[in-house]
Amino acid sequence: MFALHGVGNFHIRPKLTTFAVNLPRTTYTSINLVMLSINGLRASIEGKEILKGINLGIKPGEVHAIMGPNGSGKSTLASVLAGREEYEVTGGSVTFNGIDLLELAAEERAAEGIFLAFQYPVEIPGVTTINFLKTAVNEIRKYNGEEPLDAARFLKMVREKAKLVSMNDSLLKRALNEGFSGGEKKRNEIFQMAVLEPKLAILDETDSGLDIDALRIVAEGVNSLRSPDRSAIVVTHYQRLLDYIVPDFVHVLYKGRIVKSGGKELAFELEEKGYDWIKAEVEAAEVNQ
Amino acid sequence: MTFETIDLKTKLITDFHARESVMNGEAKSAFHQKKRAALAQFDTLGFPTIQNEEWKYSNVRDLISASYNFNTSDTLSAEDLVDLKMPEQAANILYFVNGHYNAALSTMVSSTDQIIIDSLQNAYKNNPELVNSYFDELVKDDTDAFTSLNTAFAHDGVFIHIPDNKTVEHPVILRFVSDARQENIGSQPRNIIAVGKNAHVKIAEAFRTIGEQRSFTNVVTEINVGEEAGVEYYKVQNESENAYHIGTTQVRMLEKSHFYAATVTLNGKFTRNNLNIVIDGEHCEAYMYGLYFPDGSQHVDNHTVADHRKPNSESNELYKGILRDRSKGVFNGKIFVRPDAQKTNAFQSCKNIVLSTDATMYTKPQLEIFADDVKCSHGTTTGQIDEEALFYMRSRGISKPEAMSLLMFAFCADVVSQIKIDSIREYLENVIAEKLSRS
Repeated sequence: MFALHGVGNFHIRPKLTTFAVNLPRTTYTSINLVMLSINGLRASIEGKEILKGINLGIKPGEVHAIMGPNGSGKSTLASVLAGREEYEVTGGSVTFNGIDLLELAAEERAAEGIFLAFQYPVEIPGVTTINFLKTAVNEIRKYNGEEPLDAARFLKMVREKAKLVSMNDSLLKRALNEGFSGGEKKRNEIFQMAVLEPKLAILDETDSGLDIDALRIVAEGVNSLRSPDRSAIVVTHYQRLLDYIVPDFVHVLYKGRIVKSGGKELAFELEEKGYDWIKAEVEAAEVNQ
Repeated sequence: MTFETIDLKTKLITDFHARESVMNGEAKSAFHQKKRAALAQFDTLGFPTIQNEEWKYSNVRDLISASYNFNTSDTLSAEDLVDLKMPEQAANILYFVNGHYNAALSTMVSSTDQIIIDSLQNAYKNNPELVNSYFDELVKDDTDAFTSLNTAFAHDGVFIHIPDNKTVEHPVILRFVSDARQENIGSQPRNIIAVGKNAHVKIAEAFRTIGEQRSFTNVVTEINVGEEAGVEYYKVQNESENAYHIGTTQVRMLEKSHFYAATVTLNGKFTRNNLNIVIDGEHCEAYMYGLYFPDGSQHVDNHTVADHRKPNSESNELYKGILRDRSKGVFNGKIFVRPDAQKTNAFQSCKNIVLSTDATMYTKPQLEIFADDVKCSHGTTTGQIDEEALFYMRSRGISKPEAMSLLMFAFCADVVSQIKIDSIREYLENVIAEKLSRS
């Protein structure tokens, strides 16, 4: 069971039956506080299998980087965890703080503390960022049985968070992401994350399309939210982002599986040598089987 | 032959002659001669069928299958209106009950040197030449049977005249209430609005119904926009499930004038709005906004015309609709650019969200351009709610119904935000929010 934890343990062909799934919540709390436990996760879109058995365990406070060549399934993993409905989960399980995540709708996952920072944040004309966030905050509070925040407290909190990610107040009153530059959109993602204070943040290629200054600001925002009880999955193609958000673990995703895991030094190795050696290793292993 | 088997057309023509026979010298007036001509045209045209290209998707068979009382007197008191929750506003508010002006319910705040405003009936009594100089001048060439019918029966409505260089600070709100508590009610208000040179005014027409019987409103509004004048015109329809509404607004714009129109249809069984703008001057700007939100088996049809007759003017049009259940929507937008109207800019857009597989939207942009140096564009979209936007909102913890409602409210806001009379805009926002929460 403890081998679920990512490091040094990956399965090219996991036998689903060897994993106990749907353990009661209390069992997990007693076992070393695993926050997220992905077991043999398989997912398809339009009949094409993209995730072919993902195993990953994340403890509170940990930052895990998911790297890999284009088309390896990185964004699919992020999407499936956040509850995107186009993907069909065909096998395996995902447990988040003892709850069967796959049973929850996207908004319920958000209310449980999962946040996806989008690779391509959506423009929503006619809905201001501030109004959008107020609705989100209060919907999540309602889900958790809390009273809605009053306008004054909400505004105060939002202003503090905006400062944290150097977000201009004027953007808050504008329609959500409409006409925002690429950098502003990504910053808005991190700002929303700061407001919603998720337990698990999933950053899907947050570095794509950012110049180095924007990247630094976004990373600072993420780092300022790091705490012993919050975790993050950082999906990225390049090592660059990991200079700023230093991960505890790095996993390489290839052909829908995690084929290699290591510490932050694995990212440097990938930056230096590219992905070809990993592809070669996987192909060799497939031939040998 | 029993009463019920007499068709509506025959009954109306008989009514007309009965009224005429008790007229004295008035029957010879120029005013009445216009009415006679209109009746003859109505007789020739008859009610349109779906074979008529202009009525292809809007069948009036059900509308004309019933009889209506067009001759009721005032039946409403202020208490009866409480349930309608009309917005409060410092404005010139005129009530028309079953098409008849009701002075007791109405309030005027603007001074008479800024605006001459009266019921059509009174205005004609007091100033027949002035009224007659505007009456039927803009719609006389209209070949629509309902317009002819309205002209033939025009007896009440509003007459508004803004003298040159006057800016009317307070808006004019015309509230048409049909009292269909006891029987099927017909009303044919006729509104004449003449805005002088460099004069400015905001005018709204609001249509409501009380009661469960049928109401049939056949309204015609003629608006003359003088040189350098600015007119904002809003039409708001929030009628009953048994309300039939046919309306034509005919506008003529002179040099350097501005005209803004917003037509919002929130409720009513069968609605047909014609908005026809003749741009008869250079350097004019015309804006047409529309919003419709039918549900159940409601039917909303908007026909618009921007007729560019002079060079260097601009028209902009944006109509948006949300269709639920088994509702039907029709949009037909015509743009004419006449040979003289070089350097015309004319833009048109119609966007729709269809929320049910049983709902239908028919859109038809129609551009007829006879000048060569013009910029014209048109586009229509009909689709569902943007799934990506929906997922984005849900991923932030917003439930699916709440996300849908936010997205649809935002969709409507493009049009509603154009309405510059605060009380009406806020009223619409509330009604739309309430309607969205019912989804």
